[in-house]
Amino acid sequence: MFPEQLNVPLGKWVNQFVDWLVINYGAAFEAFADSLLTVLVALEQVLRGAPWWVVLIAIAAITWHASKNWKLVLVLVVAMFAIGMLGLWDKAMQTLALMIVATSLSVIIGVPVGIAMALSNRLRAVMLPILDTMQTMPSFVYLIPALMLFGLGKVPAILATVIYAAPPVMRLTDLGIRLVDPEVIEASRSFGASRKQILFGVQLPLALPNIMAGINQTTMMSISMVVIASMIGARGLGEQVLMGIQRLDVGAGMEAGIAIVLLAVVFDRIGQAYGKRSQRNPSAEDA
Amino acid sequence: MSYIEIRNIFKIFGPNPKSALELAKAGSDKDEILAATGHTVGLHDVSLSIEQGETFVVMGLSGSGKSTLIRHLNRLIDPTSGEISFGGEDILAMDIPTLNAFRRKRLGMVFQRFGLLPHRNVMDNVAYGLEIQGQPRKIREAAAAKWIERVGLAGYEAKFPDQLSGGMQQRVGLARALATDPEVLLMDEAFSALDPLIRSDMQDELMKLQTELHKTIVFITHDLDEALKLGDRIAILKDGKLIQVGRPEEIVLHPADDYVKAFTRDVNRGRVLRARSVMQPISDQAPTEQMTENKINHDTPLDEIIPYFLGSTEAQPFAVVDRDGGIVGTIGRDNLLDVLNR
Repeated sequence: MFPEQLNVPLGKWVNQFVDWLVINYGAAFEAFADSLLTVLVALEQVLRGAPWWVVLIAIAAITWHASKNWKLVLVLVVAMFAIGMLGLWDKAMQTLALMIVATSLSVIIGVPVGIAMALSNRLRAVMLPILDTMQTMPSFVYLIPALMLFGLGKVPAILATVIYAAPPVMRLTDLGIRLVDPEVIEASRSFGASRKQILFGVQLPLALPNIMAGINQTTMMSISMVVIASMIGARGLGEQVLMGIQRLDVGAGMEAGIAIVLLAVVFDRIGQAYGKRSQRNPSAEDA
Repeated sequence: MSYIEIRNIFKIFGPNPKSALELAKAGSDKDEILAATGHTVGLHDVSLSIEQGETFVVMGLSGSGKSTLIRHLNRLIDPTSGEISFGGEDILAMDIPTLNAFRRKRLGMVFQRFGLLPHRNVMDNVAYGLEIQGQPRKIREAAAAKWIERVGLAGYEAKFPDQLSGGMQQRVGLARALATDPEVLLMDEAFSALDPLIRSDMQDELMKLQTELHKTIVFITHDLDEALKLGDRIAILKDGKLIQVGRPEEIVLHPADDYVKAFTRDVNRGRVLRARSVMQPISDQAPTEQMTENKINHDTPLDEIIPYFLGSTEAQPFAVVDRDGGIVGTIGRDNLLDVLNR
């Protein structure tokens, strides 16, 4: 047996810290949660309110813009149509809204952090273990304090998703910038480019394929969080899976699972098509 | 004072360069310092004066510090100690905005692996320096178009670097460096990555451009033939130390040590040496009647004189004249044999 005198009451400290947060900053967290919720609810209303065929046309248009490949457009439209045929259209739209908000938040936070990591070795050394923790820590562990701070529902679901899904875009933004040919950077410096001009004119455009790959992975990971998100009250496809488990209704669970996979395929293909496009300046197509 | 002055530059790579600097100043060499402190000496007490309008070639093998040296001229690398000035202006004292302005206005650089921006087409690459300066699109595209035409790439404006051959990419690199009309052109092994024939073409092209532009060119190479062809003066670096500085003929005829001599052994002397460096000066010998009929310019390469003497052993010497037509010396079969056999 490990000597008990050496036990560290980490659990107690964390509890005290969370209590302290709730008591002192509860209002601030609520305000933040409200603004996030406003965005999410508005998006959800648009997606659920729009006729199904408008959403299909929108997805077809985005796919065409990304890939210029009508076969892919057809496949993705059929996939979305299949979700509707499973009777899960409305729930899919709820999940879609949650994913779009969570992914956007991940990218808004992740890309600048990734840039900062690429520019500072010290920050990178600090961030890497944090990112590992974010990806390996079981999500229930941070769902509990999130529930205490934000209450049951969509907001803790979004935050849990962001914590789990943001690391890839941070890592790949960092990697993408670090992989830019040093001679190109040197050339840019030799012409007197400032750090800002180098970052926006050279490093970010050249890191774009990697950043796009990171965004794609982030999207995939946020989809994989939908079931867990539903456990803390987020509606959508995950809710259906959970219901299938609770009622031992294998068929209902399977239907929802297939819908999640189809949604993931749609997003993955669109993301990949944008990633491929970003490898060359768009004007190359005219050349 | 020369246009570019480099004085007593030391560059030491490692975590604590100042500690190793004392050793270097005390005279320890590269290997000793590496063994004692783990620091690498990049440049060891290098001083150079480069004149405005000359093509100055720095020659050395890999690890000699030549690429480090050229990066000191635009402060892509800062020295551990020493002084660098352009036209009397101390560039080491410049803060970042001043340094960037100096790089934008007065310097252009060409890189060994081209350093082109892969996400921009030829036009936008060549216009890059002007864009950094903040010039409006119309002006920078007009200037870029002019230089693209000048380096023979008209019609390729919309192509991307990966759609061009190595030689064409380096033409883009050259056009990009010239587009800002810099005073000084820094060329870091600019032609080393090219095929021999293309390389020779590019050398000729650079020499042609230089006769019209009269830029100050600092050219780095590991190839002595290239150095001798392009350079008005050549500096030879070894292990971060300057071994010899001189005109091409001086390097070939009077190598400073065995290291330089080993390089010059395989050089085609007929192409490098010119009449004036081989001739018998006029003070030694009065011109004769026949000689005045066979005049040659003092800049004529020996390659062009040799065939005449190959014809017969009886061939009469030439009179060597300077730019104004005055006889400055003579050159005969014996002078030639003497030099070519040495």
